[in-house]
Amino acid sequence: MKQRRVVITGLGAVTPIGNSLQEFWQGLKDGRNGVGPITLFDTKDHVTKFAAEVKGFEPTNYIDKKEARRMDRFCQFAVAASKMAIDDAKLDVKSLDANRIGCIIGSGIGGFSTFEDQFETYLQKGAQRVSPFFIPMMIIDIAAGHVAIIHGLKGPNYATVSACATGSHAIGDAFILIERGDADAMVCGGAEAGICRMGVAGFNSLKALSTRNDDPLRASRPFDKERDGFVMGEGAGVVVLEELSHALKRGATIYGEMAGIGYTDDAYHITAPAEGGEGAARAMILALKDAELKPEDIGYINAHGTSTEYNDKNESAAVKSVFGDHAYKLLVSSTKSMTGHLLGAAGGVEFIATTLAVKEGVIPPTINYEFPDENCDLNYVPNKAVERKIKAAISNTFGFGGHNTCLAVKGYEP
Amino acid sequence: MTKEEITKKVTEIIVKKLGVTEGEVTPAASYVEDLGADSLDQVELVMEFEDSFSLGEKIPEEEAAKLTTVGSTIEYLVSKLGK
Repeated sequence: MKQRRVVITGLGAVTPIGNSLQEFWQGLKDGRNGVGPITLFDTKDHVTKFAAEVKGFEPTNYIDKKEARRMDRFCQFAVAASKMAIDDAKLDVKSLDANRIGCIIGSGIGGFSTFEDQFETYLQKGAQRVSPFFIPMMIIDIAAGHVAIIHGLKGPNYATVSACATGSHAIGDAFILIERGDADAMVCGGAEAGICRMGVAGFNSLKALSTRNDDPLRASRPFDKERDGFVMGEGAGVVVLEELSHALKRGATIYGEMAGIGYTDDAYHITAPAEGGEGAARAMILALKDAELKPEDIGYINAHGTSTEYNDKNESAAVKSVFGDHAYKLLVSSTKSMTGHLLGAAGGVEFIATTLAVKEGVIPPTINYEFPDENCDLNYVPNKAVERKIKAAISNTFGFGGHNTCLAVKGYEP
Repeated sequence: MTKEEITKKVTEIIVKKLGVTEGEVTPAASYVEDLGADSLDQVELVMEFEDSFSLGEKIPEEEAAKLTTVGSTIEYLVSKLGK
């Protein structure tokens, strides 16, 4: 039994299917599709012309107008989701020891569009016209910095960066810090706003994105035979993790227990996953061991499930290698079918989906699932959410660089 | 440009950049003390004045450092552009 148990007490989300926790979760249960034509820039010259954008986000609903102007879109998402999570947790920092409350928010890329805008200024007007806010708007760690300033969080504070595993590393690191005794509560997660000219151009050149321009709503189709790449998403998912006695003492609502983590690397290729999902399998095994859970205890896997040929095939193989026969009994779904791929924020929003699936006994579906692929033969919860009481679940995220992260969540029992 | 035109434009820039109301932008108002600016805001404001008034040259650092109030900024711009 762990010395210091860590529980989940607050959730906040800004996503392509809803700008609040309630809308996000309802969207997942309803199978809402967040994909549409790109409106954030002119896609005339781009191969892919659609993405899963956050819609109707008004930063000043969460952030002082002047401060909002000094933040990149990724940072605005992070600050908004953090405020939601802290409010949801009813975490009154002033009445607590602020030195023991920290924040880790990562992003895969950070202020990408700020970089584009300022580089254009540089080219047109010269070096001396680059904004003094350029660097503090672009750098990834600034989101955690802003959250600390706004809420007075004086504990451990930094960002994680591991491409699409970023959000999970932020939550995993926060868990480690609380377990170790360095903090009592942590605001943690990921944020991303990479739907910009260079972002889409770059992922297109990698041949990683779906190019289904004639039918964008059916483009994000994880595990389906006709998948042709991922769909860019954006947003933020931030949670409050808290040491159990700290949470109980202040009467916090407990969503579930953060039970364990598994971190590995493929040591194989910069973008392609290892054969058979070897590194991913090791991450899942480590997470189960850390959480003191047996494979049979896991009722649901929130898959990385990007809708790329190689991820979905190798992740399915990895699940089978870890779970054996149980792989066919548990449920696997990719919420990216609805939200698109939130890159560095994926781990944040998908940890929330995993936590709520355990707490509410509702498993979100994989939408757009039509044609079975012989390499992907698990139960992917096709197209409709299912009700199933489960004891525990895991959330997988994998990033370019070969990073594999698995987070385990179990239902809270005193 | 007349002093009135300069004042109007300076006020617009400050309102936009610092998120304050027009009424707060008085000649005596200090950027830091009264209008909530920090050192980064001040750098950005100077850049914006240089651009918007097409000064054609950078405001020298030692001059920029003296522009701590709305009034001092207007006086400086009048000395460069006023008629």
